[in-house]
Amino acid sequence: MRLGQIQRTLALAVLALLTTSQSFVRAQGPAAAVSPESAFSIPKTQLLQPEELNFMLHAQGAKKPLVLQVGSHVLFSQAHIAGSEYAGPGSQEAGRALLQQRVAPLPRSTFIVIYCGCCPWERCPNIGRAFKLLHDLGFINVKALYIADNFGTGWVDKGYPVERGQ
Amino acid sequence: MACLLLGVCFAPCTSATASGAESLLDSKAPEFTRIDLKGKRVNLGRLRGKIVLLNFWATWCAPCQTEMPVFKEWQRQYGSQGLQVVGISMDDDDAPVRKLAAKLSLNYPVAMGDARLGMLYGGVLGLPLTYLIDRQGVVRARFQGETDPAAIETQLKQLLAR
Repeated sequence: MRLGQIQRTLALAVLALLTTSQSFVRAQGPAAAVSPESAFSIPKTQLLQPEELNFMLHAQGAKKPLVLQVGSHVLFSQAHIAGSEYAGPGSQEAGRALLQQRVAPLPRSTFIVIYCGCCPWERCPNIGRAFKLLHDLGFINVKALYIADNFGTGWVDKGYPVERGQ
Repeated sequence: MACLLLGVCFAPCTSATASGAESLLDSKAPEFTRIDLKGKRVNLGRLRGKIVLLNFWATWCAPCQTEMPVFKEWQRQYGSQGLQVVGISMDDDDAPVRKLAAKLSLNYPVAMGDARLGMLYGGVLGLPLTYLIDRQGVVRARFQGETDPAAIETQLKQLLAR
């Protein structure tokens, strides 16, 4: 294994430890019953930290996930993850129809990462519904990007790659 | 520690941009003109002399809907002292906005925003987002996300007293 690969592997391992012990505490949500459409309904094993996704997007040779934004189009137009696609807000029927249309031709094993970042995680109306839809459609390799507060602070301000426009 | 580690492993992509919203503090508020839901012109420049509470919100944003009745009450309570609340909806279309504004009987203008207006304000990349603008048109405070109304009101009162 080359030195660079070892460094990257170690970095990812440390990141995983850090995020598991800190950020996921909030992502797990309240102990009470959780709505199947809430962000809290997403199993913590299916959450992906921004640092991890940024790492994946930079990793050479690795197969990149299909990254879909499932929030507002106005927010998407201002800034979105470089290479990601607008797939419609998960909280709205029209948005879910758009998402369903986008993924319809894909193999159910496709690695998909969905994200929103419109609101604090526990208040996001989109991510849980979009995740549930993909799960119900049979997709088995879906991750939800855990953005604690909003896309600005959780991704853009960290200097991770963004694009603007439609 | 994670940031340090990542900084060593690989630098952030050069195409990345910061939201820039923080840089608006103590700067002139970007000018804009919009037509509100009632068809009236909202021109920020024409509100000079008033304290403007500029609130970016959306119908799908739960914390926004918690704040709006509070802003409505402040408009009633502090309007005579020079407060003007302005709501900018970041919804993709106006139908749900009109419905909610009517339901809440808002007593301040609400206009539709878009990506261009969002970018003027450094990128509205999370809601709610509220700015307090002083009588000279300078941005004096910025509140991102779910905020204790008391924290906003404290700063609002300070600006009203000036």
